[in-house]
Amino acid sequence: MSTLRRPAVVATGVRKSFGETVVLDGVDLAVAEGTIFALLGPNGAGKTTMVRIFSTLVPADAGRVRVAGHDVADDPDGVRAAIGVTGQFSAVDDLLTGAENLRLMADLNHLGRRAGRQRVGELLDRFGLAGAATRPVSTYSGGMRRRLDLAMTLVGSPRVIFLDEPTTGLDPRSRRRMWDDIRDLVAGGVTIFLTTQYLDEADELADRIAVLDRGRIVAEGTPDELKRRVPGGHIRLQFADPAALHAAAAHLDAAAADEERLVLRVSGNGDVASLRRLLEQLEEAEIAVEELSIHGPDLDDVFFAVTGHPTLEQEAAR
Amino acid sequence: MSALVYTLSDSATMLRRNLLRLRRYPSLTLLLVGMPIVFLLLFVYVFGGQLGHGLDTSLTGGRSGRAGYLDYVTPGILLMTVAAAVQGTAIVVAMDMTGGIVDRFRTMAIARSAVLTGHVLASLIQAALSLGIVLGVAVALGFRPGAGPLAWLGAVGVLALFSLALIWLATALGLAARSVETASNTPMFLTLLPFLGSGFVPDASMPTGLRQFAHYQPFTPVTETLRGLLTGTPIGADAVTAVAWSLAIALASYLWARRLYARKRSA
Repeated sequence: MSTLRRPAVVATGVRKSFGETVVLDGVDLAVAEGTIFALLGPNGAGKTTMVRIFSTLVPADAGRVRVAGHDVADDPDGVRAAIGVTGQFSAVDDLLTGAENLRLMADLNHLGRRAGRQRVGELLDRFGLAGAATRPVSTYSGGMRRRLDLAMTLVGSPRVIFLDEPTTGLDPRSRRRMWDDIRDLVAGGVTIFLTTQYLDEADELADRIAVLDRGRIVAEGTPDELKRRVPGGHIRLQFADPAALHAAAAHLDAAAADEERLVLRVSGNGDVASLRRLLEQLEEAEIAVEELSIHGPDLDDVFFAVTGHPTLEQEAAR
Repeated sequence: MSALVYTLSDSATMLRRNLLRLRRYPSLTLLLVGMPIVFLLLFVYVFGGQLGHGLDTSLTGGRSGRAGYLDYVTPGILLMTVAAAVQGTAIVVAMDMTGGIVDRFRTMAIARSAVLTGHVLASLIQAALSLGIVLGVAVALGFRPGAGPLAWLGAVGVLALFSLALIWLATALGLAARSVETASNTPMFLTLLPFLGSGFVPDASMPTGLRQFAHYQPFTPVTETLRGLLTGTPIGADAVTAVAWSLAIALASYLWARRLYARKRSA
């Protein structure tokens, strides 16, 4: 966060289209060294494309990106030597054992026999994989694969680490554990750029958050700054049938409907006056509500406040 | 360390990885080596007696009947072994490209050519093993090549060069495939080519159109050269044609594979 820190990642005016589809539409951002930066957005917002551009996998159509002081277009090998990437899809060799996967990384990082063996042992211990080191990766659980994936990324001691949805598909316990591992990394001075569609994850880990929506950064700041941008939380209304949901959605402003769960989120803090007004409105329109609950501000509200549309809508559309 | 040293050491690392994978996944190799063995047994024992009598002994290296046909068909079976083995190359290359691991390699500062070189070298070793096994079976059935040391050396050279060509071709096909299933099917036409050449019967016995195809396709001069080296049949200009075909396929496929690898995006 400190302005004295050198930026580890700087992007200016990054654009990318695949055919007719514009995926990134002029993205600017800067990530300070030694911090965690979360790129938050729903599926299809362009998060993965951004990571792929930053990690030299695909070229941008326009704009400049510098990672660890190297330009991704002019000096991709300079970037590659400084980064580690853990993609959304596991990048481990299923036919090899955990230890063999790590040794492969040690060899490709030219660590030398003794240093390589030491680093492999160290990482196996640190990620709790020592017991499974000689088992083929095909027998690993989802959490173990993800930890091995991250361990492989760390073999070369990268200064900037890209994590594309590091906890997608993990059970709550593995997820907590991954969060702890990520926090430990920053303690060592590493910069982390992570993408997530989990709002609590960004809140939990990041020093700064950027909200990506349809290829544009629509908001950026610390979690607290972003939360301050919404006046309050929201009120959650649960309905018995779609007709009641639609009637209520038409009647109330600043409302986001979740068709699948028959839930309507209404912005506003749960003070007595606004709550009374809401109930009056519902009664006038003769709409029956199954259940009502009041929620403090979370990042879903931030997303709705900055984009004008909910994340739920896009999830449902997919 | 210089760039060349890195390239060599990264290629060696990738070779080690692929050999380790071959050892962990032996069923693929066994399956691929099984096919030419089945064809060898089938053709020698089911058709061989009859086919052998129809062959001029100048084509078989002197023996007649079933033994003569064994001598005649073994070079064709050996080329079929190579064609079958490279299906494995296409499959493992496609497995790598459709999985996440290739993206990891691409984001690391390793020699760009090392990934493909590792696959090609491992496949060469796999092809050599398969050839050894199939040749062993042929010898067990009574194949007795009269080749001297120099001719053997030539035969090994022809097989190595032709294997390299088909391996690069299969590598490119594996890179071009969208899925592992496609990759396991596209190189299959290669195993048919020994039939549509002089692998199993002389191309002179075929109808005109087929004969012309058989005469000009690459497997025929390679078969004739290998047969000449192993059993002493006349080779003539086929040796030059065989080497030229092998080099041309290897070079074209290498350039194609390199392009596909550089361009490949799993966006």
